[in-house]
Amino acid sequence: MSSRDLILARVRRALAGVPDAGITRAYRGPSAAPGEIRLYEERVRDYRAVVHVVDEAGVAGRVARSLAGRGARRIVVPGGFPPRWFAAEGVEAVADDPPLSAADLDAVDGVVTTCAVAIAETGTIVLDTGPGQGRRALTLVPDYHLCVVRAAQIVAAVPDAVARLDPARPLTWISGPSATSDIELNRVEGVHGPRTLEVLIVR
Amino acid sequence: MSVTFLGMPADRPFPRNAARAVRDSQLRFNLRKATRTIRARRASVVAEAPDWAELREAGRAIKEHTLRNLDRYLVQLEEAVTAAGGHVHWAAGAAEANRIVAGLVKATGETEVVKVKSMATQEIGLNEALLEQGITAYETDLAELIVQLGDDRPSHIVVPAIHRNRAEIREIFAEHMSGWGRPAPEDLTDEPAALAEAARLHLRERFLKTKVAISGANFAIAETGTMVVLESEGNGRMCLTLPRTLISVVGIEKVLPSWRDLEVFLQLLPRSSTGERMNPYTSTWTGAAEGQEFHLVLLDNGRTRVLADEVGRQALRCIRCSACLNVCPVYERTGGHAYGSVYPGPIGAILTPQLRGMGSELDRSLPYASSLCGACYEVCPVAIDIPSVLVDLRSRARHPWPERAGMAAAGWVFERHGRLARLQRAGGRLRRLVPRRLPGPLGGWTDTRDLPEVPRESFREWWDRTDGGRR
Repeated sequence: MSSRDLILARVRRALAGVPDAGITRAYRGPSAAPGEIRLYEERVRDYRAVVHVVDEAGVAGRVARSLAGRGARRIVVPGGFPPRWFAAEGVEAVADDPPLSAADLDAVDGVVTTCAVAIAETGTIVLDTGPGQGRRALTLVPDYHLCVVRAAQIVAAVPDAVARLDPARPLTWISGPSATSDIELNRVEGVHGPRTLEVLIVR
Repeated sequence: MSVTFLGMPADRPFPRNAARAVRDSQLRFNLRKATRTIRARRASVVAEAPDWAELREAGRAIKEHTLRNLDRYLVQLEEAVTAAGGHVHWAAGAAEANRIVAGLVKATGETEVVKVKSMATQEIGLNEALLEQGITAYETDLAELIVQLGDDRPSHIVVPAIHRNRAEIREIFAEHMSGWGRPAPEDLTDEPAALAEAARLHLRERFLKTKVAISGANFAIAETGTMVVLESEGNGRMCLTLPRTLISVVGIEKVLPSWRDLEVFLQLLPRSSTGERMNPYTSTWTGAAEGQEFHLVLLDNGRTRVLADEVGRQALRCIRCSACLNVCPVYERTGGHAYGSVYPGPIGAILTPQLRGMGSELDRSLPYASSLCGACYEVCPVAIDIPSVLVDLRSRARHPWPERAGMAAAGWVFERHGRLARLQRAGGRLRRLVPRRLPGPLGGWTDTRDLPEVPRESFREWWDRTDGGRR
């Protein structure tokens, strides 16, 4: 008997005569209401991420100022990132085409991306490798991640995000910069992922 | 069924392990500080969720429903993962799981693997098994790294190095990092930020070059074949995305029926576990994502035995959040090592003896490693009634002989009221002779309790003498 058959037989024997149990979902499910920008901003800031709220016309300027502030020279810009948002002078936009090696990614100053969904209640950004987001490693290896979130992408809570996302795509949910609390439960930002997360909310 | 291996020696019973732990004042101080901090944090984010009770009920019900249809959901999961380009393996026990993983690693031609923190692989002793096959497994979670470098054992489900303070961690890094790769900086201080930075530098090179990774999963979605890993540091993302081959060892109880069920568990788990609204990183992937080779190893290792137990099967609902550890007055004083298993605390006290069976003295003692105060049940996000399972397991563990002798004697006395009355009269007369501490093996009881004073006369005698206070 294969282990597969053995395990399934054991499960069936264990469950013989056990009645099924129903599931009630009385909790707050997905809502039609959009997520509040103010709450999202506050919750992202709670994780010690840097947050700005700008108008569409102000995105490129804000991106440029943020990169200049960090002294960034080479920034990965994934395919599909709106070119109008990246016009930073003196900063080289590095494309991931052909795909950069992990060592290449380790050598750049940061990455700019868009996102798929953002969650107000938890201050979370979700990336699904769609246009402007790139593959998963792009937002992981560089030490700095700047993410542009459009107001329409902000949903109220976790159930709204789950409903909007496609499980067939690899997803990365990001809530603040990389952090650990393993040493005496003191929160330290940046262990292996980006140590700085900057979020631009486009009103 | 053979004895289930849980990766740890089961030599001494819990009370002896605990007695040693409570004498360690450094350990007690570390634990007290950590559990109190995390308890307060959890309470505040749980209070923030207006529908916590409803989420908890849904979490309980979804898990219960899944367990009762586990065969169906496991087959569905297998089909979905395979359809998405992944490979599914089934392991009935620890040895088989280790053999499968070692074989998969060998097939890649690699001798080094990076690991995301995983209870399942600790449970089966995977690192040791791989080492016997010439494969070195590097733990990449900061706390697991501290444990691995210190040749130590994890003592908490979510914060495995909770028993260590910063000075101890600094010493471990300074002394042992060089033996595993990049040494710690010469001027390493015991500031948490400096220690985290040392770990970052130590592991980064390894992440960038290692071609095989091993993980567990918090959830596996039957409907879509999606794996879900929650973490904080980014080491999980490193392992899940950079290597060419990814092997996930997952207990069969981790399956959830549908994608939608995540809306419940992505709220319950982070808030219960680390007291955050959301953990910094959650990764999900379905089959061979982004061209990776993906293997899923489904692990039984005693779980079907637990499933067969009417009262005890609810332990399989556990989502490993550790909230029960952090509120437990027994865990707070003894720490995780006293439980002699990778699953410590209240959940360990019911899960370990069920997975492993009650063959050893330690496993028989675990159902007694509790004051039955019920705090664990209160905080459990999937409402596992741990106290009830403890009591049920106690009824199956043979009680210590002094207790059995005492109970038999009490039974004899209470059988006839004349016997009780005679004994009470004798007690009243000899009350000055009753010692403060009970003799012999009964002394264990009075070590932690005051013996009640014996009254001069019994209630019945008082009633006869005074006619209920009217004379």
